[in-house]
Amino acid sequence: MSRNLIIGALLSLFFLALAALSFVWTPNDIEALDIPNKLQGPGGANLLGTDHFGRDILSMIMMGARTSIAVALVAVGIGMALGIPLGLLAAARHGSLLDELIMRGNDLVFAFPSLVIAILITAVFGASAVNAIIAIGIFNIPVFARLTRGAALPLWERDFILAARVCGKSAARISAEHILPNITNLMIVQGTIQFSLGILAEAALSYIGLGAQPPTASWGRMLADAQTLVSIAPHTALVPGFAILLMVLGLNLLGDGLRDWLDPRIRVARV
Amino acid sequence: MYQFKRLAASAAIGLWATTALAQDSITVAIQLEPPNLDPTGGAAQAIDSVLYANVFEGLTRFDADGAIIRGLAQSWEISEDGTVYTFNLAAGVTFHDGTTMDAEDVKFSLDRARAEDSTNAQKGLFAGITDVTVVDPLTVQVTLDQPNGNFLFNMAWGDAVIVAPESIADIASNPIGTGPFTFTDWVQGDRLELTRNPDYWGPAPALESATFRFISDPTAAFAAVMAEDVDAFIGFPAPENLPQFEADPRFQVLVGNTEGETILSTNNKMPPFDNKLVRQAVAHAIDRQAIIDGAMFGLGTPIGTHFAPHNPAYVDLLANSPHDPDRARALLAEAGFADGFTTTLKLPPPSYARRGGEIIAAQLRDVGIETEITNLEWAQWIEEVFKNKDFGLSIVSHTEPMDIGIYANPDYYFQYDNPDFQALMEELNATTDPDGRDDLLAKAQAIISEDYVNGYLFELAVATVAKAGVQGLWVNQPTAAVDLTGVSWAE
Repeated sequence: MSRNLIIGALLSLFFLALAALSFVWTPNDIEALDIPNKLQGPGGANLLGTDHFGRDILSMIMMGARTSIAVALVAVGIGMALGIPLGLLAAARHGSLLDELIMRGNDLVFAFPSLVIAILITAVFGASAVNAIIAIGIFNIPVFARLTRGAALPLWERDFILAARVCGKSAARISAEHILPNITNLMIVQGTIQFSLGILAEAALSYIGLGAQPPTASWGRMLADAQTLVSIAPHTALVPGFAILLMVLGLNLLGDGLRDWLDPRIRVARV
Repeated sequence: MYQFKRLAASAAIGLWATTALAQDSITVAIQLEPPNLDPTGGAAQAIDSVLYANVFEGLTRFDADGAIIRGLAQSWEISEDGTVYTFNLAAGVTFHDGTTMDAEDVKFSLDRARAEDSTNAQKGLFAGITDVTVVDPLTVQVTLDQPNGNFLFNMAWGDAVIVAPESIADIASNPIGTGPFTFTDWVQGDRLELTRNPDYWGPAPALESATFRFISDPTAAFAAVMAEDVDAFIGFPAPENLPQFEADPRFQVLVGNTEGETILSTNNKMPPFDNKLVRQAVAHAIDRQAIIDGAMFGLGTPIGTHFAPHNPAYVDLLANSPHDPDRARALLAEAGFADGFTTTLKLPPPSYARRGGEIIAAQLRDVGIETEITNLEWAQWIEEVFKNKDFGLSIVSHTEPMDIGIYANPDYYFQYDNPDFQALMEELNATTDPDGRDDLLAKAQAIISEDYVNGYLFELAVATVAKAGVQGLWVNQPTAAVDLTGVSWAE
């Protein structure tokens, strides 16, 4: 296992643990405002200080981790659940009209800048965490569809697939029983990368006010709220900023590390 | 650019010290850009901010303290019965296009504003006028259907400025007034420029030219002032940054009052807010000081009714709605909402609304009222809340001066319909005796406070951040205006 993989896994696990912990315990209640106690620096009664409403920033970060992870996880789930079957289908019907249709449809989605469309979706259907999930999820579909098709196509040329076909298995069964297991590693790696992008997208949408709405905590909105406070209370911006940075860094290192670790060719070379 | 020129000039003569050149131009920033430049046709306050007293003048005008002083009318007589006002206009006044300002223009302006098809945003100001007669070129007679103690005050509004028939067609893009500054250029989205009017009939202003810039983003506002890109910011949007400017010798901070009653607007026709007990519960759930401290960083005066505390007729009615969550819960239970309810809270962009909204949501949640917060841009807010009345609660500052009369209009967006109050306003309009007016205003304040029409939060304060050398800026905002007439640079 590479050092990247370990650092990435530890960072990711740390934030996952924070989010999980927030279900049972946070240092303070973030829905209770304590205005006389606002903008306290880190290190006092509140480990990471308080924000402009006197809320405990550590508690906000924990609740925000939950929002970020939930949004990114479901968005990646949407992308995988729809993208992988589409990719498998396109690969199985390679060269057909259906393949053409699926891939050009993907190109269509790819052609739009994802954040702009996400803004459009949330502007039309209202700003909420659910709409943010849908917006980010839609853009994960072509990523997985393309990757799946690309990885599945060479597999279809392999002898073991030919054997399966000779046995009379249908294209659907072959895709599910032989193709899918062979591309799982690739999907896990891509899923990790998309997960980190999902976290960034959620933060970006919340930053411009189109993601999770108050009182739901969100790292992006914490940053937006802190914007005019940077010069008087820098910790209000630095803490959520570093949370986003570390979480995304962790997931990227994890994705990189997993790819190296799971890819048989590289593994063999290393051995 | 000016900075650059000065720098270049200093460098050329090998001197880095500030040159002795007298400064006669100013760059003023305000938050919102006017959508057009017609104060007699548009409702946006930003139009008045830029043009009031600078480009356009009315018969009377507000001074820096909110008193009504002479404008284009140098004197006036009021008939015994209080229904005929005879205005004597200043002599030798010309519009910026060279045409003469006389009684015909006054008649034109007033008739235009009160016409059936008028788009004036404050038609109520002119409602009582039955006739405008030109007596001679410098005398105009206005007849009212009944005495109106507010008439001179009404004529001071930006919506009642005098315009000319010769230039009215292009007023929205090329405003031609009689004021001390002429309009020169408007680069939409960036800046608007004014130049001194050499033919001004009154005392010439000290400034040769002025540039308005429009910066709505609080962070950008902070950066623009800190970098000295602007000489003054009127209505600085981030109160949290004011202590930094106060501590910096390069700047001065002026904090004044406005006519902005910031209220938790309540849709009086939408259940459950049609129940007075529910509205009263909301009023008791609100902790005004927490909102002032949390959203405005301490700037603002708590109010218990829809009236400006600095007005002599103000009555302190805060005792009607002290912060008392237990009382609020009891009232909700009495109204049949022991388990609370859910409503909408639609917030326009200013920080008093966005931050105040989060605080109020937390305070309401504490007594069992859940709110779904929606953040709206101004255009959306006007459409959804103001026009379509599709809201439960909203937060907005009503910055028109002496606007308690809006409660007499049942179609106004918070839909308060009380015949007693409407009769009281009729009576007020017909009363010219100052003491009698104060009594009626006190009654009016009490009615809306005891009916808990809206949640009364605080009187909005206005903060102006200016370079230390700027003098003569208005501290208070008796009306939306950035009057540059008396502004100059200290030597």
